Parts: sequence; C-alpha cells; structure tokens
Amino acid sequence: MSDKTKSHKLIIDDEVYETRLTEKYKKRKPWVPVNPRRILAVIPGVIIEVSAKEGRSVKRGDSLLVVEAMKMKNDIFAPLDAKIGKVHVQVGDITKKSQLLIELV
Amino acid sequence: MSLIRKILDLFSKRSKASTGGGEKAIAKQLKQGKWTARDRITYLLDDGSFREYDLFVEHKCHDFGMDKKQLPGDGVVTGIGKISGHPICIYAQDFTVAGGSLGLAHARKITKIMDHALKLGVPLIGINDSGGARIQEGVNALAGYGEIFFRNTNASGVIPQISVILGPCAGGAVYSPALTDFVFVVEKVSKMFITGPEVIKTVLGEEISMEELGGARVQAEVTGNAHFYAETEEECFQQINRLVSFIPWNNRKKATPFPTKEPDAKYKIADVFPELATKPYDVRDVIRCLVDDSDFLDVQSAWAANIVTGFGRMSGQTVGFVANQPLVLAGVLDVDSSDKAARFIRFCDAFSIPLITLEDLPGYLPGADQEHAGVIRHGAKVLYAYSEATVPKLTVIMRKAYGGGYIAMCSRHLGADFVFAWPSAEIAVMGPLGAANIIFRREIAEAEDPEAMRQEKVDEYTEKFANPYVAAAAGYVDAVISPEETRDFLLHALEASSHKTEQRPEKKHGIPPF
Repeated sequence: MSDKTKSHKLIIDDEVYETRLTEKYKKRKPWVPVNPRRILAVIPGVIIEVSAKEGRSVKRGDSLLVVEAMKMKNDIFAPLDAKIGKVHVQVGDITKKSQLLIELV
Repeated sequence: MSLIRKILDLFSKRSKASTGGGEKAIAKQLKQGKWTARDRITYLLDDGSFREYDLFVEHKCHDFGMDKKQLPGDGVVTGIGKISGHPICIYAQDFTVAGGSLGLAHARKITKIMDHALKLGVPLIGINDSGGARIQEGVNALAGYGEIFFRNTNASGVIPQISVILGPCAGGAVYSPALTDFVFVVEKVSKMFITGPEVIKTVLGEEISMEELGGARVQAEVTGNAHFYAETEEECFQQINRLVSFIPWNNRKKATPFPTKEPDAKYKIADVFPELATKPYDVRDVIRCLVDDSDFLDVQSAWAANIVTGFGRMSGQTVGFVANQPLVLAGVLDVDSSDKAARFIRFCDAFSIPLITLEDLPGYLPGADQEHAGVIRHGAKVLYAYSEATVPKLTVIMRKAYGGGYIAMCSRHLGADFVFAWPSAEIAVMGPLGAANIIFRREIAEAEDPEAMRQEKVDEYTEKFANPYVAAAAGYVDAVISPEETRDFLLHALEASSHKTEQRPEKKHGIPPF
C-alpha cells in the first residue's frame, strides 16, 4: 500500500475511525502558545535600525527595531515592560518570517 | 476591383489573420507542448461547427511603438460553435500573438462574446493562455480585465461558465476563472498565480518554481481553484465535453435528458458498504450503485476529498450529489470541504439540478488550525447553501449523522424535501462512546470495573439513540429504507418533486458568509 492509500486512525469524540489522511492534515502545524517575550518577525524584511540594547529596560510601546518590508518601514515595539535579554539581529540582516529577533526577560 | 477580386482579397486577409503570430511563434507554442488557440477550439467543438467573429479587430494603442505593431485578432480568437449539437460561445487567447497579452481591444472581443452568451442563453467557455496585461496599454488593459470580471459576475447563475487554463494565467487575469463555475487545468501546461516566483523570491526570500507555486496539480489538489485536472489537452477537452453533457444550457432550461439505464449490476451496496460505523469505504461506489449506468462525474475530486461532489443521472435526468467520504478524514466537515460543498450546492440550485445528499459523518474536524482558519465561517456556508436552495433536496442518512454535521447535511430542518435513513443510521449528538463518556462520567469513574461500566453505558446509548427510529418517530426522517430500496425511493421522490416550487422572502440578495 502506498502512503496515500494507507489507513490511519482519526479520533473524533473518543471514537477511533479508520481512514486516510490528506496531505494538508498531515502538514498542519500543532498550536503553540504565543510567548510575548520572544519577538518574532511577522514578515520577512531587512533590519534597518536596532535601538534595543541588551540588558537595558524597556517600557511597553518602546521601539526595539525597525524592519523594512514591502517598501514600508515597520517599527517593532516592546509588547510589555521588560528587560532586553538577547538581540539576535543587527542592521543589514535579512530576516525570514517567524525568525527570532529579540528575547525579553 | 471586381467582386471576385474582392472576395479573393477577403480570403487572403482571413487566411493571413488566421495564422495568428505566424509560423515561428506557432512552432514555439508547439514546442512548449501547447496547442494553438484555433486547434484547441476545433478539437473541443463539434466538427465544422465553429464560426470565428471579430477576426479583423485591431487595437488603438499608439504608445511605445505599438502603432507600428499589427496584432492579428489582437491575440484572442472568439466565436460561436456547438457541443453535442447545442450552440456555445467561446474565446481562446492566442499566445502566439504578443504572448496573448490583454489590451483593450482583446478584452472587448471577450466581453462582446460574453454579452452574446448571456443574450443567447448558452454556456461560455474561455481558454486562458496569456502573459497578462499588455503593459503598453496601461490602465486600458486593467479596464479590460475589470469589464470581464463584471460580466463573469453578471452571468453567474444565468449561464454556465467554464474556464480552461492552457498556459500562464497570472496576476489579475486569474480572477476571471475564479469567478466562473468550472476551471480545467492540464499537467505542465497550466500556471496560475497572483504573484509569480520572482516577486516571491524578492519579497520573501522563498524560492519556488512556477509548477510548485501554481501548476495544474497544485490548483487541483491544494488550492481548490481547479475543478478538473487532465494529463493532456486532449483529455481536458474530453472532460469538458463530459461535464457539458450533465449541465443545462442556462438557468431557465433543464439539462438534456438521457435514456434511463439501470446501474451496472456489478455495483451492489451490500458489497461496498460496511456496517461498522468506524470502517471506511469509498462513497463514490455507493453513488455508482444508485445512478443510471453507474456513471458518476466527480467534481473537484482531488481537493477536500473528505466530501464528494458531482453529477450523475437518475431516470435520465441530471442530479447533483453531495456525499461525505468516510475514506478520507473519516468524512468530516472542515474548512475546505465546507467551501467545496457550498459552492457545488449553489451551482445546482442556480441551474435547477436536484440535490441528493448521502450522509455519513462523525462531525467537524477538531483542531486549533481548523478553528483559526475559520471553520465556523466556512461551515456556515453549507448551512446557508442548503437552506437557500429551492431545488428538490433528497437526503439519505446511511450511517453516522452526528451533531452539527447531522443538521448541516441537508437535514429536514434545513428544508430537505425527502429524508431517508438506512437501518444502519445513527442520528445522535455524537457517537455512543463519546456520549457515554460524558453523560456517565461519574458512574464510569466510580464503578468497580470502569471498563465494564463504560461498555454497558455505550450499549445503552447505542440501543437508545444510535438508530434511525428516534428521528423517524419525530418525523425528521420520512422513511427508514433498506439500502437496496434506495434507488427506487430516490426515483420516486425525484418524480414526485418534478413540479416543486418553493418561495423565499423577496429580497435583493442574501448575505452568505463568503
């Protein structure tokens, strides 16, 4: 049996069904809770300014860095009062979507 | 000039224009494994039936050297021909002429044939093979697209519209096919996307080929943009002919009836349908047990395969089937299968095609990904489409009809005209195990032998609810029937509802949860 026609188990309301899975179902990403202390890139772009300094305290709403994406300059703000942990990027870096930019502590 | 000279002159003009972009461009087209626009039309339509119009249309663009460019037919072939002896309007973009690029004259040829199709009440077939907007024409090219989209929308639900993607169809151009009823794609030939691989690479840094981004397989299996996938252009044209045999010419007509034929004797429900509610089977085999000649046309077969939509005939008349597919994802409703079903139901309703729903589903697919993708909004489309439909609606509950899924799959409550249930039907809020685990949670936990207690409670629930008789007692099910009686009951119900009319409150239009 090829993988496409292989029988799998799918549980719905405790009942176990024998069935095939779709590619989309197999590739779905499990939910992970959002951690506001990990600043991730929401869009790919180029880092054009980094104002966050490791060890320094920031208030909610302070600008941490500026990412240029789709010809727009986007300020990335601190989502909460915190101390800057590690800064993972520097000016000129090209970042991918969901890449870790800054860790807050 | 004498008349005879004038006529010869016409023939020579016609012949010159008919070669499109010329020998070299045609050779290039063929080398890419593609047919020419005129060959496509000739193969698709009845022999000798095609008449081309607007062959001598010319563009009026003077900028960027365009005034010196002669573009035969302005890169699109339009006209009227026949399929199975019935007239249809057609256009085919000619890639050999300026890459099939769309300028205002090109677009106006298309909108003219669209207007014809709507007035004549015949289907419209559009063959797309174009590099996109003719940039030299600026906003006029965009105007052209917009005028096509407007007509696609106006014609929607009045005449069937079919799009055939036989080349690139990129950027704004994709939205005409997206507005039409059926989209055909061909392996290695079709390419559809809004933004191409180059832009994606520049903006996102992601490298993806045209084929991986928007090739035929992707459109048929991943995006759901396409309804029919073929390996070759030839196969694609045969598929179009087959589809067209099932659908009416416009919303005031019925599809051409065929002679009645009993289903193939090799298809027996007893052979294809397992009783145990958790066992899979291919619901298309059940459909083949029910329809004339066991002939079923699966629409969007490769996308959201957990629901099956398609056409068959009962007593020679076209019917639309919507069936949960236990073979894939246990036949659940989810975001994609809801979209697929809702669109198909609306097509059938618009074109007076009776709907037969075959039900066997455990409910909706659980998961954060589904909830966040809007399974509430998408699932609501099924409720909307079924409730809104006024064509004869027949439902057969084969096994599981649990929870919201029971309501959604054309239940009596959404206006089904006839609801039949097999003795194997289980109409309940959920399966017996899940229900027992909730209702008797404490009893099971506190029992000396929890497993024995669980089984006892499952049996109790099964006995009480996992059957069709509670729903039949309430009149929600009209008749409990044996699987072998299904075709007879459906034929009877279809005949009984052949004069059905149903009024809805007067309104400009409803607001479906798009």
